[in-house]
Amino acid sequence: MAKVEQAVGQAVMAPVFALDRLQAVPALIGRHEDFLIIAGLAGTARDLTALTNDGAHVYGLAGVMGAAAMMGLGLALAKPERRILVVTGDGELLMNLGALATIAVLNPPNLSIVCVDNGHYGETGYQESHTSRGVDLEKIALGCGLKVARTISREDEIAAGHRLIREGNGTAFVLLRVKPTEPPNFKRNMDPAYCRERFRAALGVA
Amino acid sequence: MDAKAETVANAVSWPDALYDLLRRSGVTQFAYVPDAGHKVLINRALADRDAQAIALTTEEEGVALLAGADLGGGRGVLLMQSSGVGNCINMLSLVKGGRFPFLMLISMRGDFGEGNPWQYPMGQAVEPVLDAMGVICLRAERPEDVAATVAAALTMVFQSGQAVAVLLTQKLIGAKKF
Repeated sequence: MAKVEQAVGQAVMAPVFALDRLQAVPALIGRHEDFLIIAGLAGTARDLTALTNDGAHVYGLAGVMGAAAMMGLGLALAKPERRILVVTGDGELLMNLGALATIAVLNPPNLSIVCVDNGHYGETGYQESHTSRGVDLEKIALGCGLKVARTISREDEIAAGHRLIREGNGTAFVLLRVKPTEPPNFKRNMDPAYCRERFRAALGVA
Repeated sequence: MDAKAETVANAVSWPDALYDLLRRSGVTQFAYVPDAGHKVLINRALADRDAQAIALTTEEEGVALLAGADLGGGRGVLLMQSSGVGNCINMLSLVKGGRFPFLMLISMRGDFGEGNPWQYPMGQAVEPVLDAMGVICLRAERPEDVAATVAAALTMVFQSGQAVAVLLTQKLIGAKKF
């Protein structure tokens, strides 16, 4: 009996890292011009700068691991009339989990967070991250008090995520589980001061 | 102004005057890790419908938050105790590398008359650490210095694009009693 329960438990609980990020990330986001975007360092910054051809509405990080979600909060509070999207990885988010608590307390309706969870630190040689070892970031987001959180690990779930990140019923959190494979090979502008000025100029706040 | 209002106005403490100065300078995001030295500013921000009080779990969140605010044309300030400076170090790469304007108000511990030996290592490291990360430190020692010091910092930050920490010293706020 115990054996059966364990088997059932594993079938239900084991995370599935099956989607291909090269297709899943663009499909989930859709029209990227709908958002002002903060992209976390490494993989997700490459996903988003490739998707937008290094667009001025994306601020892609290449350092300051753990900054992405809080930058999104500051931007969301400063620009309540715009939709703000944070796209970050599991490793980046794990480095500053408290940010989810801080964001949940304020719960800005114009902010959405997508965590592209491949269960690994791709940039440093694909070491397993905590999410491959049982840590569930959707549950953490819910535990922090975010009301809208969803895990997407199959292709037929992506459309729901596409809608969720555009809704205004409080901050939305989408955990997009993908295979641990390479993000797009895209060369972007790596000057953080230039990218700041480009972002502000495009918004008309420079 | 009637006599009663004048009495109230004269009784305005430096933290209240400081809050009004920050708001007049367009600061709307007040990010904080609670500290007794910032009690008035935090309470004023919480009660202000036109400002946002953002409670942080750790100070480095505030560094990233204010950089994000700047991307959207917003202005903010990070209110924290000196112990939190160490938590901010790597995140200050964003401020220095991105040339983000950045203002922090730091209530000091491990400083003038400190009675808790645990506070000294970080308290005494505040200025060298901030200096190493490109943050200019201004010290406020007396109540009558606070407004002028913060006014100078506001110009340095939002007009000249610098990163500035105003250190509210223990000579100003008093050493915590043990």
